[in-house]
Amino acid sequence: MKPISKFYTALIMLFLFAPIAILLFFSFNEAKSLSVFSGFSLYWYRELLRDSETLGAVRNTLLLAVSAAVISTAMGTAAAVGINKLRSRYLRAAMDTVTNIPMINPDIITGISLMLMFVFVGRLFGAATSLSFWTMLIAHVTFCLPYVILQVLPKLQQMDKSLPEAAMDLGCTPLRAFLKVEIPEILPGVITGLIMAFTLSLDDFVISYFTAGNGFQTLPIRIYNMTKKTVTPKMYALATIIFFVILALLLISNLTDSDGKELRRRARKKHLKSKEVAST
Amino acid sequence: MKKVLSLLVAALLVCALVLSGCGSSKTLTLNVYNWGEYISDGSEGSLDTIREFEKWYAETYGEKLKVNYDTYASNEDMYNKISTGAVSYDVIIPSDYMIARMAAENMLLPLDFDNIPNYQYIDESFRGLYYDPDDLYSVPYTYGVVGVIYDANTVDESDAGDWDLMWNPRYAGNILQFNNPRDAFATAQYKLGLDVNDPSKANWDAALAELKKQAPLVKSYVMDEIYNMMESGEASIAAYYAGDYFTMLDAQSDSVDLRFYYPERTNYFVDAMCIPSSAQNKELAEIFINYMLSAEPAIANAEFIYYASPNSLVYEDADYAEELGEEAMEILYPGIENFSELYNEYAYRNLDADTLDYVNTLWEELKIS
Repeated sequence: MKPISKFYTALIMLFLFAPIAILLFFSFNEAKSLSVFSGFSLYWYRELLRDSETLGAVRNTLLLAVSAAVISTAMGTAAAVGINKLRSRYLRAAMDTVTNIPMINPDIITGISLMLMFVFVGRLFGAATSLSFWTMLIAHVTFCLPYVILQVLPKLQQMDKSLPEAAMDLGCTPLRAFLKVEIPEILPGVITGLIMAFTLSLDDFVISYFTAGNGFQTLPIRIYNMTKKTVTPKMYALATIIFFVILALLLISNLTDSDGKELRRRARKKHLKSKEVAST
Repeated sequence: MKKVLSLLVAALLVCALVLSGCGSSKTLTLNVYNWGEYISDGSEGSLDTIREFEKWYAETYGEKLKVNYDTYASNEDMYNKISTGAVSYDVIIPSDYMIARMAAENMLLPLDFDNIPNYQYIDESFRGLYYDPDDLYSVPYTYGVVGVIYDANTVDESDAGDWDLMWNPRYAGNILQFNNPRDAFATAQYKLGLDVNDPSKANWDAALAELKKQAPLVKSYVMDEIYNMMESGEASIAAYYAGDYFTMLDAQSDSVDLRFYYPERTNYFVDAMCIPSSAQNKELAEIFINYMLSAEPAIANAEFIYYASPNSLVYEDADYAEELGEEAMEILYPGIENFSELYNEYAYRNLDADTLDYVNTLWEELKIS
């Protein structure tokens, strides 16, 4: 059984990572071809740095992803705190369903409906063009929001409810208790939500495609549009860089998460010890 | 860890604010919408056309100009985006049949050729083409002709010359066919001497019968995969555009020797610059179109895109001819004199919805059998 399971794991890993490995490999190719490797070179990386339109698209993508991630994290955390405080079970289930809709809804439907709404509202106000950076930002915040809530809500539920109460007993204002006690408790969830929102916004194509306005194209749209001619190896270089950036973010997020767990475990141990001391 | 992260977030936020601040200064803007990879963009030592235009404009008119340059992947994508009214562009570069459709739907503005004096350099044979018979709306940007590409290491040169090569049983399993109905059916129609724009069912049935004969010989039906399959020698016969043949030639492996020829009857396309009716600044758009026709940017674009240019400043330029080489010049510019005749006879036109439906049904029949 063991060799089979090993083989199976290897096969899965191959399917997951072979495409990325090939992309990485050919980004260092001297020639343009995907069939001939004519020598190691950083030529395509240099070409990438010279391509002002692509760099502009990278800048747009980052600007959008950072803004969307920060806004949706702030809104999502606030929403999660609110949902967590709901007493009625039915209201809570209703809120859960409503927040899940943008997540379950196919991207293409979200994209088209957002575009139609923006065009409709734009016409109402007589604007010549209705799509812009701002409409795209609204769209991105919309689809990132449920993921943030989904990350923060479990942390709130895990949190010992008596902690903020104790803080307020000891003289904290509710705001101070929230900032000093609740936020640090749920921080790992908030950070994971932030990073998830960032990566989701970064690689979204479908919704961006429908809501992109004049002069603000993101990277996925630009790469997709290269299909009239072949995609140049510059894009392999760019994809390699993006892959490593995402990998780094993932590592950071996992590290902070285990950091948090470690801290909480230590705190619990201390708590138990002090109880033991008290009982003896 | 948390400190590092919050610092990171803060740094990103500052970046975002600084970057967003850049876009808010008040300058003239021109919105250009073009195919991806369809302009000389400064890569591999070429001219960065858009930046050069901005510079040239500032020097000539003493005013700052910012070009918003966006791209699309297909005529239909561009059409959908513009027809919703969600965006507005000043210059677009659609293909022939889309120009005909947009003109019919009043989506294009007639050009003021007083602002486009360089139009004189567009060859006479590119006037009066079917999509714009009175030359009101469009200025040709590039054109291309479909030919047959083959690998001389596996294909006998005496077999080359016409569409028959793609039906030659000697090369069974080595032939690639287009994976879209219009292009695939056209190869059969040109071979049989049929009209590619004839909506009669008999016409399309005959083409289907011919494609069914070819099916056992076909290695696969492909679009973009054609590049890698031809470059690596995996397949040795395929039909594609002349300009794209050179892209393959650049990247072919050592065991492959790609050649190219035009069958007598084949497909032609023209992509042309137009101004959509939602344009914000028509005069500026005309200045841009005129600039694109001037020697330096026109030659740079032709060298970058590798499609033929209808601009005499380009194809009569000695340096350009030298850069491309004799062979490439012959392939890209085959007998330009009677272009409009050939074009109006053989180029694809818009088919009505019923015919398109019928063609799609036949196509499915072919793919299933």
